[in-house]
Amino acid sequence: MIELRDVRKRFGNHEVLKGITASVTKGEVVCIIGPSGSGKSTILRCINGLESYDAGDITIEGTPVDRNAASIVAIRTRVSMVFQRFNLFPHRTALENVIEGPVFVKKEPRSQAIERGRALLAQVGLADKADAHPTQLSGGQQQRVAIARALAMQPKAILFDEPTSALDPELVGEVLSVMRKLAEAGMTMVVVTHEMGFAREVADRVLFIDGGVIVEQGPARDVLNQPQHARTQDFLRRVLHPM
Amino acid sequence: MENFARDAVEFLPILMHGVALTIVVTLGSLALSTLLGLVWALMRVSGIAPLSWTSAAIINLIRGIPIIVLLFYLYFVMPDLGVTLSALQAAIIGLGIAYSAYQAENFRAGIEAIDKGQIEAAQAIGMGWGLTMRRVVLPQAVRIVLPPYGNVMIMMLKDSSQASTITVAELALQGKLIASSTFKNTSVFTLVALMYLTMSIPLILLVRHFEKRAGHR
Repeated sequence: MIELRDVRKRFGNHEVLKGITASVTKGEVVCIIGPSGSGKSTILRCINGLESYDAGDITIEGTPVDRNAASIVAIRTRVSMVFQRFNLFPHRTALENVIEGPVFVKKEPRSQAIERGRALLAQVGLADKADAHPTQLSGGQQQRVAIARALAMQPKAILFDEPTSALDPELVGEVLSVMRKLAEAGMTMVVVTHEMGFAREVADRVLFIDGGVIVEQGPARDVLNQPQHARTQDFLRRVLHPM
Repeated sequence: MENFARDAVEFLPILMHGVALTIVVTLGSLALSTLLGLVWALMRVSGIAPLSWTSAAIINLIRGIPIIVLLFYLYFVMPDLGVTLSALQAAIIGLGIAYSAYQAENFRAGIEAIDKGQIEAAQAIGMGWGLTMRRVVLPQAVRIVLPPYGNVMIMMLKDSSQASTITVAELALQGKLIASSTFKNTSVFTLVALMYLTMSIPLILLVRHFEKRAGHR
């Protein structure tokens, strides 16, 4: 349902994406791994039009992604995003964060959105935090609200941009377990992550990106356990055995 | 001191007429400057080059002209162009336009202080530019903008005295009229100063209240 064909993107003189071709099918969980600055996040940001791309094609269920076209709104309601730094709206409660999109973008009746919002907060284990403001929540709780906010749009797919990188280590698990449940429920997910354990257990496929190209891809176990390329091997060694 | 008390009792009723006009001029020009300032600021951050340039040009034009000249222009020149304004209208419009430049810069600073991630989060749930501003950026910018906005309110209250130069009989002009007919300069201008001070204090308290309430979020 998500197709990228020879996508290129440069920031000034620096070419961040040097021809990315990949696809994500319905219900698939794809993890994107790779060193910092390799272009992982840029791929996600291009998929939902937060970033423009210079060449190639990206389509979502056949609709081309063009951040300047009117169709971008429809694409963003179909492909949600969860950010590294949560980006919850600090002036609104957890529940208000969740219903913001349904009420103001999708024009759902408020009562219906609230009912569904509460159910989603319960789904991520935060039924009792509906009226809390983001500053009153821990990082892990904030990220779970952000996931509920993404789900509230009833998306076909969710993009996760390093969802646990800004969390204290003891809070990573609660977010990953919510994501794991989503994956088990059949949600299409593209996850940029440094959590190799999560990738190994949950991902159907892993893409290893370095220097703006896909160096290696395949089933999670193959790429993570028997990497073929020297760069993948080197990266995994450094991530898994930092000392 | 006894004399001052006697003068106060005698002049206060007349000065109160001036106070009423001072308040009308201040509130009127505050509303106009807020509205115009918001328009300039939104044009400036719209990301559309012609709008942004136009706004920058307008702001610099306004900033470069003294308030008093703007007032003279509206009151004495506009009639030659076929637009006749009452002194009060000219005062409100002139002060409103003059202060819109400062309001715009203040609002822009507030808008630009909002974390880019907020705008991306809004976009990611399908919000367009208008909805992002209305639901996400402006409500958060208000908190940043309020303290300087309060200072602008106090400055406008005091600068409303410039309306006296185009015959608006607000507090400063009333005082001057009384002083020049009674020669009781000390009593009159002390009273005038105290009355401006009295009007400023509630504004100072109001702003402090806003700051406290916004700080809770």
